[in-house]
Amino acid sequence: MNESPPAPSAPAPASTRDLVLTLGVVAAVCGLVIVGAYQLSLDAVTANRRAALERSVFTVIPAATSLAEFVALPGGGVAPATPGEVPPGALRFFAAYDAAGNLAGIAAEGVAKGYADSVRVLFGYQPGCQCITGLGVVSHRETPGIGDRIVTDKAFLANFRALDARLNAELSALASEIRTVKHGTKKNAWQIDAISGATITSRAVGKAVNDSAQALLPRLAPELEKVRKKP
Amino acid sequence: MSTVAAPRTRDEFLEGLWKQNPVFVMVLGMCPTLAVTVSAVNAISMGLATTFVLVASCGLVSSMRRLVPREVRIATYIVIIATFVTAVDYAIQALSLALYDALGAFIQLIVVNCIILGRAEAHASRNPPVTAMVNAAGMGAGFTLGLVLLGAVREILGAGTLFGIALFGAGFQPWVVMLLPPGGFFVLGGWLLAFSWWARRRERREPASHA
Amino acid sequence: MHESAFQVFVGALLANNFVLAMFLGLCPFLGVSNRLETAFPMGIATTFVMLVASLCAFGLNLLLTAFHLEFLRLIAYIVIIASAVQLVEMVLKKHSPALFRALGIYLPLITTNCAVLGVALFQTAREYDFVQSVTFSLGGGAGFTLALVLMASVRERLQLSDVPSVAQGSALALMLAGILSLSFMGFAGLGG
Repeated sequence: MNESPPAPSAPAPASTRDLVLTLGVVAAVCGLVIVGAYQLSLDAVTANRRAALERSVFTVIPAATSLAEFVALPGGGVAPATPGEVPPGALRFFAAYDAAGNLAGIAAEGVAKGYADSVRVLFGYQPGCQCITGLGVVSHRETPGIGDRIVTDKAFLANFRALDARLNAELSALASEIRTVKHGTKKNAWQIDAISGATITSRAVGKAVNDSAQALLPRLAPELEKVRKKP
Repeated sequence: MSTVAAPRTRDEFLEGLWKQNPVFVMVLGMCPTLAVTVSAVNAISMGLATTFVLVASCGLVSSMRRLVPREVRIATYIVIIATFVTAVDYAIQALSLALYDALGAFIQLIVVNCIILGRAEAHASRNPPVTAMVNAAGMGAGFTLGLVLLGAVREILGAGTLFGIALFGAGFQPWVVMLLPPGGFFVLGGWLLAFSWWARRRERREPASHA
Repeated sequence: MHESAFQVFVGALLANNFVLAMFLGLCPFLGVSNRLETAFPMGIATTFVMLVASLCAFGLNLLLTAFHLEFLRLIAYIVIIASAVQLVEMVLKKHSPALFRALGIYLPLITTNCAVLGVALFQTAREYDFVQSVTFSLGGGAGFTLALVLMASVRERLQLSDVPSVAQGSALALMLAGILSLSFMGFAGLGG
């Protein structure tokens, strides 16, 4: 590494050629390191993500034993999705199948801003009753002991056992908006009872589910037959 | 290694660990220090990740020190550091998604951790690779130590656990603010206070003698 | 996410203040905040760099995603930020030499300001569109300036107070920051 003679006390300014050459070499070496690291870790990362996804989908749709990923395209129609790639304007969802290969439920993600950062949830939907039957929290940064009760509070999670998500007559949106209401004031099947003292985080969950359902379910309704059987 | 070199290597390592501890003495690298130290496990992980980037970057910078012209040295250092941070980012994703979610954006923010660029510029660019890497390892160890001390206190007070193991009984009321941003500031301020007090006490006891 | 521009701005300014809630930009926050006259220009300079970084990051992200080069994201962002800071330095040197000298070493240090890279990374992670990104960086910069100015005002006053010498310096600054952060928690939920 030390082929050059000892540097003089005041080094001459480097020529443009030297600058460009050095930056080029550095960029090449660094590029190799990055691409190497990416390729080496790709299999493990993909496997990790797949395992985490399956865990969360099977939690919100207990009868499921396998899942397939789809996208609902902006112009209408659904198509099988390449894992990790979502075309612009398309909505990603998962069709979960039981052991016989029949549709056990649909799972989709929703995200909304909570107290500290985004709250990302996965909900399970049953086309038969047009209702949401399960909820899992994928990621959150809410306050421990307060906001993070959305993960553990049984009364809160019970809201999502039969949450009404029926579409209106035109199949263009939900018949009634899914909303989080103050703790103890839930009257209708499409409302979510907030956790007392954790209103902001509870509202974030409600908003995440509502935004996602309002966008996905109208697109999904006409295409249900395409996902009924395991591909 | 010769007997002359061995003590020097040890000194290089200890310098970063204690006398010039990045967290408590130089007060550098504050952003990840406060953000991820909500638990001791997160603190150690962030410390180790930063140490890896530190050692690797200083090693590469030191190896290239005679080849990089002065004018572009900062840009070069930044690109090298960003490369290793990207590598660490993928490594953590491959190891544990849960840890990756917990550390969040602060893994990628290691690239702007003042410690790394500071060390590369002040030390690695003027010393041979082995010396540079040992010094970097010392700095990284000091940083990890600082993070763990902070994370341990915040976790004990804010959740009643240490490394996930519950320390107090079920009746313990956790001091939740310690896990929130204000708590981070208070606990770090408390540690700095403790260190400052301890340093002054040492100075008063050993006024003249100092190797 | 379906946040309005106003919600994004107010969130970044108050409820999720970059310095006091998200821990970004702490090194300059602790380093430059002992004098009000340098605190405010520093905040403005950082806000400008954050805006430029946000715009460039948005464009870069579109480009990188189109070519499936996401693994180059971090390097691309940091190189753009370093270049933006160089640009700001050159412009300031030419048009406002007094300010350039006043900011001194802290100007090139904006490159290592977590807040600037933080803007780029967070807006990518939250998948903000163009308008949201711009308001996010403006709100974040305004929040950074706000925190810096508040801190400087208090620290200037404290220089005339009788603080125990063991607590002077960073320990005191951090305690102050903790109290400021605690008070900003009151803004939670503002903006819906």
